[in-house]
Amino acid sequence: MNPNLPNSFRTGPDERGHFGNFGGRFVAETLMPLILDLEKAYAAAKADPSFQAEMNGYLKDYVGRPSPLYFAERLTEHLGGAKIYLKREELNHTGSHKVNNVLGQIMVARRMGKKRIIAETGAGQHGVATATLCARFGLECVVYMGAVDVARQAPNVFRMEMLGAKVVPVQSGTRTLKDAMNEALRDWVTNVHNTFYCIGTVAGPHPYPMMVRDFQSVIGDETRKQMMEAEGRLPDSLIACIGGGSNAMGLFHPFLDDPSVEIFGVEAAGHGLTQLHAASIAGGRPGVLHGNRTYLLMDADGQIQDAHSISAGLDYPGIGPEHSWLHETGRVTYLSATDDEALAAFMLLSRLEGIPPALESAHAIAKVTELAPKRPKDHLMVVNLSGRGDKDIPQITEILKGKKQ
Amino acid sequence: MTTRIDARFAELKKEGRSAFVTFLMAGDPDPATSLDIIKALPKAGADIIEIGMPFTDPMADGPSIQAAGLRALKAGMTLKKTLEMVRGFRKDDNTTPLVLMGYYNPIYIYGVDKFLADAKTAGVDGLILVDLPPEEDDELCIPALKAGLNFIRLATPTTDDKRLPAVLANTSGFVYYVSITGITGAAAADSTVVGDAVARIKRHTKLPVCVGFGIRTPQAARAIAEKANGAVVGTALVDALRDSLDTKGQATTKTVAAVADLVASLAQGVRGAKQAAE
Repeated sequence: MNPNLPNSFRTGPDERGHFGNFGGRFVAETLMPLILDLEKAYAAAKADPSFQAEMNGYLKDYVGRPSPLYFAERLTEHLGGAKIYLKREELNHTGSHKVNNVLGQIMVARRMGKKRIIAETGAGQHGVATATLCARFGLECVVYMGAVDVARQAPNVFRMEMLGAKVVPVQSGTRTLKDAMNEALRDWVTNVHNTFYCIGTVAGPHPYPMMVRDFQSVIGDETRKQMMEAEGRLPDSLIACIGGGSNAMGLFHPFLDDPSVEIFGVEAAGHGLTQLHAASIAGGRPGVLHGNRTYLLMDADGQIQDAHSISAGLDYPGIGPEHSWLHETGRVTYLSATDDEALAAFMLLSRLEGIPPALESAHAIAKVTELAPKRPKDHLMVVNLSGRGDKDIPQITEILKGKKQ
Repeated sequence: MTTRIDARFAELKKEGRSAFVTFLMAGDPDPATSLDIIKALPKAGADIIEIGMPFTDPMADGPSIQAAGLRALKAGMTLKKTLEMVRGFRKDDNTTPLVLMGYYNPIYIYGVDKFLADAKTAGVDGLILVDLPPEEDDELCIPALKAGLNFIRLATPTTDDKRLPAVLANTSGFVYYVSITGITGAAAADSTVVGDAVARIKRHTKLPVCVGFGIRTPQAARAIAEKANGAVVGTALVDALRDSLDTKGQATTKTVAAVADLVASLAQGVRGAKQAAE
């Protein structure tokens, strides 16, 4: 590890939104006043006990929290090592962890008097969560989604539309998540007076990475308490998949200052790290995009490269800036899993536990199958099951059909 | 320190007129044609030339300029070649101010200090970076000023009086007022509203104020030139360039003239305007 470690890994970002060299506010001037307003509004909300009380009420009765920490007995037996627990974020209303963050941001947006919400989505989970809460609170909702993702995530597109959201297929660039984010930023620049941009991950300009992390930290806070109740001690290791990295950040953050807890983030290695992939840390370097400095996939001239993953939710050429910092400090170990490994993990968890994971989460399960057998039987391992696999079943059916032929 | 930009505004003041500022993407549709186009601009009536540095993810630009950037990248344009283009232009023209405009990442990857040194040597006069607000001045703005390049800041309708001093603090050359909240190539600006905004900015600075976004015709250029120290036209020129290409997106014999002719007619609009009130 880096000899110049901070006293705490949990104090970031600094007042300018930096996690070490990462983060910041790299946006057009048009957006700056709004971002500064948001920073103030979020600080005020955080300090207001009625905000937290209201949020906790919705988290319990609308989202369905706390999500269970489930001992995966058959997976544990099968792998023959660490005792594996699944943090069941897929049981949340809307089927993923995304709802935790969206609820928080929508409540901040309401405090700011914003009536129109925009969001970007890859797999559609963030879009569905945003459409859901906009329906609940009677807000206009526009979701930008790459045209490629619209085609491969049809069930979620249908859900968003059913909930009253307008889904805009983005035809520019590679027509995936990064282009959806560009398009959402263009909308925001145009409609800044009445619009709140609900970012789906721990990326973007400050205060988004911090704010989204705070809202997602409910995952780690609950895990801590639940593990104490189940085993009387902290877990020994944590694992979560990473696209932008919000489910991972939510699980990791409350444990960052516990040196006994090993932490692993799993990026999407796609067809392999030497081919098309979405592993920004393994295959990228620091650059500036979408409002922050972070690890990015790019060419020698600083042009952003296409990311690829079997999972539309991980198909992003960047990663949240706090992850970049945790990587450079060595506090978190970043691994990667290929499309094929994720697919195998999807089948394994479905067959052994009766739980089809989202293809995103299947990346984390894939690394559990490597790490768990090497750990002793008293090792407590928690894997974040960030979403459920229902949305991926049509895509997986197609892939399996292709493999049989 | 007097830069080419300062000198040009001083001349225009003597002439009693506002500046016509043109924007085109470096390397669009290919590096050679692009150099021919910028070489043709001063004669056609451009007072200041902005050159876009192509980027894959231009998040504040509309479809026309996005497409221009992708055409340039497809034709092999890089930041290094953009600086070569500037050197090519400077062989014949040592007075027309050249401003590079774009996004930060390609410069960050090139290396800030190396970029500033190379840009200065090549003959660049100023920089406009869309995604570097004053909050990130340490990144490029301050080093650019130290290197003798103007750092031209964008002010927008959302930049209120409280924020303007921060935006103007390290700005030099001129202030670029973005006349609408929106992306390039979007709705036209109302010249009365723009006039009020320019007057508001001028209460905070002695720098010239140029106005861009939404100007497409000689009439619109003239209306803006009457209210501001300069009118900036980009998307309309990029569209004229695009319309001159063949079905494969390659330059034709008409390409250079298509841009130069439109620049000439827009320049007439600007030159027909009275000098902006001081």
